[in-house]
Amino acid sequence: MVKFIVRRLLQLIPVLLGVTIIVFSLMHLTPGNPAQIIAGESATPETVAQIEKRLGLDEPIPVQFFHFVKDAATFDFGNSWRTSLPVSTELWPKFWVTLELAIYSMIFSIVFGMAAGIISAVRQYSWADVSVMLIALFGLSMPNFWLGLMLMQWFSINLGWFPPTGWGSASQILLPVITLGTSGAAVIARMTRSSMLDVISQDYIRTARAKGLKERVITYRHALKNALIPVVTVIGLQFGGLLAGAVLTESVFSINGMGKLIVDRILARDFPVVQAGILVIAVVFVFINLLVDISYKFLNKRIDMD
Amino acid sequence: MKKELLKVNNLKQYFPVKGGFLGRTVNHVKAVDDITFEIYEGETLSVVGESGCGKSTTGRAILRLEEPTDGEIHFEGEDLLALNKREMREKRKDLQVIFQDPYASLNPRQTVGQILMEAMQIQKVVPRSEQRKRAIELIETVGLNKEQIDRYPHEFSGGQRQRVGIARALSVDPKLIIADEAVSALDVSIQAQVLNLLRRLQREFNLTYLFIAHDLGVVRHISDRIIVMYLGKIVEIADKKSLFENPQHPYTKALLSAIPIPDPEKKKERIVLKGDVPSPIDPPQGCRFHTRCPFATEICRTKVPELRNLDHMKEGHRAACHHIEKIHSGEMAVQS
Amino acid sequence: MKEEIILEVSDLRTSFFDEDFEIKAVDGVSFELPKGKTLGIVGESGSGKSITALSILRLIAKNGKVVGGEILFNGKDLTKLSEREIRDIRGNDISMIFQEPMTSLNPVYTIGKQIYEALKVHQGMDKKEGDKRVVELLELVGIPSPKQRMKQYPHELSGGMRQRVMIAMALACNPKLLIADEPTTALDVTIQAQILDLINDLQEELGMSVIMITHDLGVVAETCDYVAVMYGGQVVEYQEVKELFKNPKHPYTVGLLNSMPRHDVDVDELEPIKGNVPSVRNMPKGCRFAPRCPFATELCVTELPELDRKEDGSEVRCWIYSDRWDGDPEVSVRNEERTT
Repeated sequence: MVKFIVRRLLQLIPVLLGVTIIVFSLMHLTPGNPAQIIAGESATPETVAQIEKRLGLDEPIPVQFFHFVKDAATFDFGNSWRTSLPVSTELWPKFWVTLELAIYSMIFSIVFGMAAGIISAVRQYSWADVSVMLIALFGLSMPNFWLGLMLMQWFSINLGWFPPTGWGSASQILLPVITLGTSGAAVIARMTRSSMLDVISQDYIRTARAKGLKERVITYRHALKNALIPVVTVIGLQFGGLLAGAVLTESVFSINGMGKLIVDRILARDFPVVQAGILVIAVVFVFINLLVDISYKFLNKRIDMD
Repeated sequence: MKKELLKVNNLKQYFPVKGGFLGRTVNHVKAVDDITFEIYEGETLSVVGESGCGKSTTGRAILRLEEPTDGEIHFEGEDLLALNKREMREKRKDLQVIFQDPYASLNPRQTVGQILMEAMQIQKVVPRSEQRKRAIELIETVGLNKEQIDRYPHEFSGGQRQRVGIARALSVDPKLIIADEAVSALDVSIQAQVLNLLRRLQREFNLTYLFIAHDLGVVRHISDRIIVMYLGKIVEIADKKSLFENPQHPYTKALLSAIPIPDPEKKKERIVLKGDVPSPIDPPQGCRFHTRCPFATEICRTKVPELRNLDHMKEGHRAACHHIEKIHSGEMAVQS
Repeated sequence: MKEEIILEVSDLRTSFFDEDFEIKAVDGVSFELPKGKTLGIVGESGSGKSITALSILRLIAKNGKVVGGEILFNGKDLTKLSEREIRDIRGNDISMIFQEPMTSLNPVYTIGKQIYEALKVHQGMDKKEGDKRVVELLELVGIPSPKQRMKQYPHELSGGMRQRVMIAMALACNPKLLIADEPTTALDVTIQAQILDLINDLQEELGMSVIMITHDLGVVAETCDYVAVMYGGQVVEYQEVKELFKNPKHPYTVGLLNSMPRHDVDVDELEPIKGNVPSVRNMPKGCRFAPRCPFATELCVTELPELDRKEDGSEVRCWIYSDRWDGDPEVSVRNEERTT
């Protein structure tokens, strides 16, 4: 197991390098000279050249890349072009907000998705199954910003139960988490259902039954653990979507998170912040995938250790 | 004088085993490891053995469905492995195959008639105008009704589908038919129908069969000569009578004794082999059977036995065992 | 001497419901199994032999149901038990092993844990005691180094080994009856010989009764004391094993024996049964075998014969042996001259 994890960690190196190259090229592929943007429309060529020199933009691209990687490895992303504050100072507080939002939403998705999926599968074709699947279809087809707006309209504005914006208190957290977590819950519910149904018809479930086990034991001990294997994969994929969805959710609920920060800074062409933000998201995504692989491995003994 | 139709020389089929950090080839599955045999025109040669012995791989290698690692395959004197893709495709007219699961090899969207006519079209054996007539003839030859020509494969039962598979193989006038577990999936009563059909067709069209199977009852019924394989090697090759009545290799003996006989009054001695067939990755050194053989000695662990014919064996009967003499004389016997 | 009967099945009917359509998978199965003996249930695919076995333990799929008949196990009708009561019998008094050892074990648990589960649920054994018994059981079924093996997962074992594990699991609570549903069909012949020997030895050692479900007449001849031949969801013949092979009565049994290529004797030409197995969705009205039977008469086509008990204890479902037979009175189903 340790060997497996170490190997997977080593395999991350090329992946992260690739991510870095893409993030780095973003700045050089977008039209317009950053130095010009910082200096402003009316700046003289001298001022622009000065800024270029200060930022190292006059050096050859491979050298720039080398510096970028070196600095990124120590989490030094330079200073924001907009506020001149160190990027990490700007990023970290917002990163935690976004991470919180994502993790709570994920937990929401997993708990509700799996519970609904299991109920559906165990009582296939019952009214419970039909309604769960209907709700899931609904949750899946609804764009999450729309769901957010609707929730806000109903529960915050009409009923006044929750504050419409902000982040921090439990009442502020609930609506954004539902907004962001619903589609994931729907996907997980559907996956859990079909995976459970598939497993329930397997020979080893019949063996378990022939042994004289109770249905409950068969469902939770024998079926669920096998059914989770594909569900875990889906959960991993969901997390990527979650980070993207967080941007919209943050905008709807005016949450000061990383998504909002990145959107704002893209508009302002504040590349160091954008680059750092995207890189952080990519790294988180890659590590979540690693976690998924490890739990996958843990669940599925058939995957070869080597 | 028997005429050689197919000659296989030192055929090897290794499949790479990928592994390690970068997915390099770390080992090989030696599915078929240096086998030599020939098939005479008009005969049925069977290849038997348990799963993983390489019998199906041998059939696939002859058809070049997988490119053999090494060796020669001569069909009517011509080396099949030297042919390019197009020439090989033309050669397939002479070499047809029937699989275990005909359903998987029949296009579900084509009627039986279309399936047969397409085969004829590809090999251009019959002018287009006569194809349908020929298809009807074939359908009747294999014992189906000519009204069934416009039906789809799913409308047939397993046995009937196998008849369709046979008709398709016949449609191009092949010389050699490789039947890979062709009757294994069928119920006994249906299996008997198909076996009888295969024998009748052989007489009518002077066909040669390479019959790959694991059921020795079926093999005894249909074969002229038999090859017994174990872990990629031929352990014994003989005419039918010799193989069943005078088996020489301990594995053949064990295999024969392991089959239940449908006669409760016939008591027999059974040689129960211990353990499982070893993995074809890194097969045992020396004789591959030595890990399970009741007679194994030091030489078996180190030296690969050659196929040999001895005085007490009929001409053409050969077995690959170091101890044929001692086992035959009774000097070596199984303690029970 | 009157033998003690451990299992008596009479007129069992099991149907599957597809929308409103009733598929009569088992439609009139009767047999009895004397204590300590082996009964073979033999038939081709679709004959209903596996559904019969699953019906005994009420393990059929959700859309299936036992719709008629009795299954008396030690005098108790299994069809009338509550879900709880039947659960107490499964894996305890009656155990079952299946055809596919490769898929019949749960891939995510060690084999030791899977065997222990039966011990825990029926005998309330704790882990320590259970582990000891698991090792004993693995030893009993001939698995080398059982202490290490019990910690392995199914994928680490060969097919033959997995079937041994299945047997160990089935034997965990000393069952009185073992139902083996095609236990060797998926195995190679040398491994089949090992497993059949094992079942025979264990039966002698433990005094179990066994139901052996198979399509292979060779397996029947080597392992069974009594045989029920099934066709189209019904038992068509029930006999003591030696009699069945020496003196088969039902034309279908005769047809099966004549179709079987044998490795121990030369047969010039096989005599297959003509035609195809009827579909469960479209069973003939009269005798199920009539469309394929060389002796069928008007009576056979229109009316279904009963499974009749003869004086010698054998049973056969065929008009030829009744007073109402309307064909050739001298007919012999075993006519060697018969050609097809």
